[in-house]
Amino acid sequence: MALDRWIALIFVTFCCIYGYAAFFTMDQLLPPFMQRNPVWPSTFPKVLAVLGIIVGLIVLFGVEKADETEDAPSATEINYRRLGDYKIGQALMLLGLMVLYALMLRPAGFLISTTTFLVIGSTILGERKFHVMIPVAALATGFVWYLVQEVLGIFLRPFPFFMGM
Amino acid sequence: MLEGIFIGLEAAFSVKNILMVVAGCLIGTFIGMLPGLGPMSIIAIMIPVAITLGDPAAALILLAGVYYGAIFGGSTSSILLNAPGVAGTVATSFDGYPMARKGQAGKALTIAAVASFAGGTIGAILLMIFAPALSSVALLFHSAEYFALMVVGLSAIAAFAGTGQVAKALMMTILGLILATVGEGALFNMPRFTMGMMDLQSGISFITLAMAMFALPEALFLVLNPARGAGNAEGGSNKITNLRFSREEGKAMIPVIGRQSVQGFFIGVLPGAGATIASFLGYAVERNIAKGEEQAEFGKGSVKGLAAPETANNAACTGSFVPLLTLGIPGSGTTAILLGALIALNVTPGPRLMTDTPEIFWAVIISMFIGNLVLLVLNLPLIPYIAKILSIPRNYLIPFILFFTLMGAYIGQNNATELLLLVGLGVMATIFRFADYPLAPLLIGFILGTMLEDNFARSMQLYRGLDFILERPMTLGLLVLAGLLVLLPSYRARRARKRAEGIADGD
Repeated sequence: MALDRWIALIFVTFCCIYGYAAFFTMDQLLPPFMQRNPVWPSTFPKVLAVLGIIVGLIVLFGVEKADETEDAPSATEINYRRLGDYKIGQALMLLGLMVLYALMLRPAGFLISTTTFLVIGSTILGERKFHVMIPVAALATGFVWYLVQEVLGIFLRPFPFFMGM
Repeated sequence: MLEGIFIGLEAAFSVKNILMVVAGCLIGTFIGMLPGLGPMSIIAIMIPVAITLGDPAAALILLAGVYYGAIFGGSTSSILLNAPGVAGTVATSFDGYPMARKGQAGKALTIAAVASFAGGTIGAILLMIFAPALSSVALLFHSAEYFALMVVGLSAIAAFAGTGQVAKALMMTILGLILATVGEGALFNMPRFTMGMMDLQSGISFITLAMAMFALPEALFLVLNPARGAGNAEGGSNKITNLRFSREEGKAMIPVIGRQSVQGFFIGVLPGAGATIASFLGYAVERNIAKGEEQAEFGKGSVKGLAAPETANNAACTGSFVPLLTLGIPGSGTTAILLGALIALNVTPGPRLMTDTPEIFWAVIISMFIGNLVLLVLNLPLIPYIAKILSIPRNYLIPFILFFTLMGAYIGQNNATELLLLVGLGVMATIFRFADYPLAPLLIGFILGTMLEDNFARSMQLYRGLDFILERPMTLGLLVLAGLLVLLPSYRARRARKRAEGIADGD
């Protein structure tokens, strides 16, 4: 089964869960006076769940025929069947790094976590000129912090939590 | 109308707003040149900056400038590197790149700039004529018609998705609508589908979703496939010397520009069509009109073949503002992002925009003229320098793109959970892209979702049920139209297939 069908299957399952929540669990919490309204909070989700299941099944069973003349995959497009040929490791590591950044942003402060993020990010991609990368990252971090904090006026905690800022 | 134009002139010609246009065009051009970063990603990244400006007119002017700049920047990389950063400029590379290979890169860029300028300007004039007219009609619309109109818009976007893609586009639209139901809506004072998480109480932030749908997958694709951003070695050495085109070439361009700016504009007005279709169609039409030698020239560096898609895509970008400004319904991913930004700034685009806040409406239109002029004046002499940005090594570029994506989501909400949501949705979007699902319908569905439900609920409450569909002929008509739009492509495909099978069987 091709990937797009798998996605459709997951989508149909998701719609079933969503629909179950809309049809059976949401209305229990509804106060009696709101039950006299023609529209309930669950009305729209119910419609969506039903439509979602129908459309999902159409994709799943391939009712709508796709163009059979498939274009030759261009050099820049990604063919997921040969995912191993691409730099999937780098991509996964960068995603992990982003998650780590999200978790560290508050405790470690903006300046440290961002500089580290940029340096490790480029190291993952294969950069080895640290004497260039570290100053560039530090400068860019400082510049963005100044821009956000001073010019746009949004508070970003610059230093780690134990430094009291 | 004249009064409005003056208000707009006054607002647009403030020092701050002119600065915004210039800054927007420059940023847009620079980032738009990077292969892989289209206008949608750039605008998504710029939104937090625009929102913190606080002034809706200035914000919209900035974003419109970025939009134009990005389209122009995309043409530059199509011409120089044959690496279109944006789908809308793919047709530009058909004739632009061969021209650059012949050593006429400078001329090609000038033609592109002039054609873009003409297309954008004529488009803006058409917008000035048509938007107020459409606005006054739209004032007759009630919530029932709005509901139906949004349904039409969403189905049109799916219907234009291409053969074999309609069901997928519809699926993405519904997923967008489903995501929009998360959180506590204005209509009902109860949280829905938050799964008990406090962070989901206010719903999924649209900036996070926009970043996750466009910027993050692009960056990941650049990581996965280094060939995607490549081309520097070959094209970077192109010397750009002669920027002029001859008088004969200019004469040949004029009718093309005239036709394509009108055609492009009207294609841009249609929801779901937009710059990509306009540029391809423009190219095809001009190739068919051209005769003999000129036709043979197409694809080998024809002046007409370059001017046509460039004019058409800029005119279409302007055209796509018509439904946004008059009906509050975005026709493309980019205008959907702009709509989200406007709502965040407490402006509701729609027919009342012109009467309630004429300064915003007219300032945006006037700034389109300024933006086009700025692009022409600023970019022509800068072209050789701008091309240098293409030599930034990807080891530096990609971490910065990722960082700006994260920052954009963080500044808007000041909430680190948002970043985790961004990564999760981004991975989901990347998988969707692998399987060839269109992502713009998802975002448009998400942005229209709340409004769709509000208008639906309002008409349900007014008519105490679904009677409004039957009692208001316009609503019924629009809903029937929406149904036809969805069913027509598959009906036509089926008929074409039947016919083909019939021939094969010999009967």
